[in-house]
Amino acid sequence: MLDLALKGKPRYWIWISFLITMILIGFICWLREHHIGAAFTTGLSRDVSWGFHVGQLTFFVGVAASAVLVVLPYYFHNYKAFGRITVIGEFLAVGCVLIAMLSVFVIMGQPSRVWNVILHPTPHSIIFWDMFVLMTYLFLNLLCGWTILHAEKKDAPPPKWIKPFIYWAILWAPSIHTVTAFLYAGLPGKPHWMTALQAAHFLATAFAAGPSLLIIISMIIRKVSKFDPGQQAINKLAEIATYALIIHLFFIGLEFFTAFYSQIPDHMKSLIYLYWGLEGHDRLVPWMAISTLLAFTGLLIFMFPPLRKWNVTKLIGAICIFFSIWMDKGFAFVVSGFIPNSFDRVTEAWIALNEFLVAAGVWSVGALVITVLYKIAITVKEKAVFDKYGQKQVVD
Amino acid sequence: MITRRDFLKIAAFSSLLGLGGAFTINALEKEPGQKVLKDINALKGKRWAMVIDTRKFKTELDFEKVIKACHKAHNVPEIANPLHEVKWIWTDDYKHSFTHTAEEYISDEIKHRKFLLLCNHCENPPCVRVCPVKATFKRPDGITMQDMHRCIGCKFCMAGCPYGARSYNFLPPRDYIKEFNPEYPTRTLGVVEKCTFCNQRIDKGQLPYCVEASEGKIIFGDLYDPNSEIRKVLSENIVIRRKVELGTQPMVFYII
Ligand code: SF4
Ligand code: SF4
Repeated sequence: MLDLALKGKPRYWIWISFLITMILIGFICWLREHHIGAAFTTGLSRDVSWGFHVGQLTFFVGVAASAVLVVLPYYFHNYKAFGRITVIGEFLAVGCVLIAMLSVFVIMGQPSRVWNVILHPTPHSIIFWDMFVLMTYLFLNLLCGWTILHAEKKDAPPPKWIKPFIYWAILWAPSIHTVTAFLYAGLPGKPHWMTALQAAHFLATAFAAGPSLLIIISMIIRKVSKFDPGQQAINKLAEIATYALIIHLFFIGLEFFTAFYSQIPDHMKSLIYLYWGLEGHDRLVPWMAISTLLAFTGLLIFMFPPLRKWNVTKLIGAICIFFSIWMDKGFAFVVSGFIPNSFDRVTEAWIALNEFLVAAGVWSVGALVITVLYKIAITVKEKAVFDKYGQKQVVD
Repeated sequence: MITRRDFLKIAAFSSLLGLGGAFTINALEKEPGQKVLKDINALKGKRWAMVIDTRKFKTELDFEKVIKACHKAHNVPEIANPLHEVKWIWTDDYKHSFTHTAEEYISDEIKHRKFLLLCNHCENPPCVRVCPVKATFKRPDGITMQDMHRCIGCKFCMAGCPYGARSYNFLPPRDYIKEFNPEYPTRTLGVVEKCTFCNQRIDKGQLPYCVEASEGKIIFGDLYDPNSEIRKVLSENIVIRRKVELGTQPMVFYII
């Protein structure tokens, strides 16, 4: 099937070339960091030792896990509308897991020693488990997506042996994000991160951001190809995102209550820093203000059925939710965990240009893999004018 | 006794045979200060700990001597920018050393006193728990060791340590060493380092550099030995530790 990725319109090749260019730029920036040191190439410091890349890991593991939201209803509840996009969800997961794993890789000061993680397996370290669950999830999604698509191409039902793997992937999805939450939730002296709610909160944000991204992608697919992911599926995704977003905002409220009713200083300080600024340090305040504004805009659109159903506003809402959560989880959450620092002082962090370009390179790797897999999937799916779910596809 | 060179040789050889992990852990984690090094006059101890008598540190010079002795001997780079500096032992004031427990109405003298800070060699160290490659690990004598040759630079331990005791090499460290000591290895870009309680000296029967340079202001010894000097000092003075509430059980005590 891979040959299908080699035939495309000029705009397909322009996009591919763009991604490859970004990967090369990211790679050069990454080399630069290892040449001159992270002092000049990242926004990190002795006090804030994790930043943008670890944020990207956190965020994209979530998006990857959210593939379960289209796979589970289809396989467990026979929800037919998602039938066409299970493969889209699975392939999105593949790309996002790659982004997540590369985001961990690029934080390493000694990347050539990465094999030590396997040579000296250390089960008491959460990174060990993170690597294990992510690798497994990557494999499962690639396997399931590919096998189902292959069957679809031959106009046959998916082989029976794939079923256990599909169920395995479904059960595995929450685990990858739970383990990611455990990276944070078990560290003494980091009260902002150390909440039993962490994994649940991560899943809530993931289940809002993931479907939002799927909505955006579905709209793009619809524009650039003859394959239609289906209006019903897109509407359902918006509904799921709405509930997840509400749970996410509710959880933020819970964090506020615990911190401010208990009045324990360290629990309050990170939140004060994020939303109002602490001791004159307020670099993330506008960042969080935008994130909050986007969340409520998204909520307003998605809560109001006519706006949620109209595709233009739906797209705007999805973009708002996606970026709101990306800004929060993908950066602010990580940095604010280090504030105040171990000496009750505030050291701020920001994203250096070099760091951003490395991240852009990492996203591009994910995007490239997703593009190629989607190209194959869409070509296969375009051929079916009447698909097997009985709905007529949009044919122009 | 196994010298560092022998150790590296065996490690290199055994890793060729695919035994790297097993050897390194055994040799470093179980042996030094215990079996292999017991022959010569290695200091023997079950739980190394330190008491810093902060009353006795009076002048800038008192601190400087101690810090210099450590940093010079261990080739610690001198980086001026506090964001990216590397430090094994340093000072801070009362309020920032003892966050959470600092008393507001304590005497001005104590408020302005400086306190030596270093890795606490916690009995229950979160840094060891989180390291994915066992580059930081516990020796049976309580030292939290750091293997700069295995560290992958993930910085998880820096997030894990609640005491800010760990430094990442954000800059090429060799460019910032003023006086190079050929006896001790230098580090590379992208690894984490910290105080090791001078394990190399303990294993030779010597006291850590800072203890030696302090001329009696720092007491070092075996906490599990009821007859040790350190236990005597602890029983006769009121001491405090940093962030005991976290359950890490720091092994550095401060006489106020
Ligand atoms: S002080 Fe920090 S680095 Fe030292 S043992 Fe404790 S947790 Fe680890
Ligand atoms: S930075 Fe090095 S010592 Fe610290 S957790 Fe990572 S591998 Fe272990």
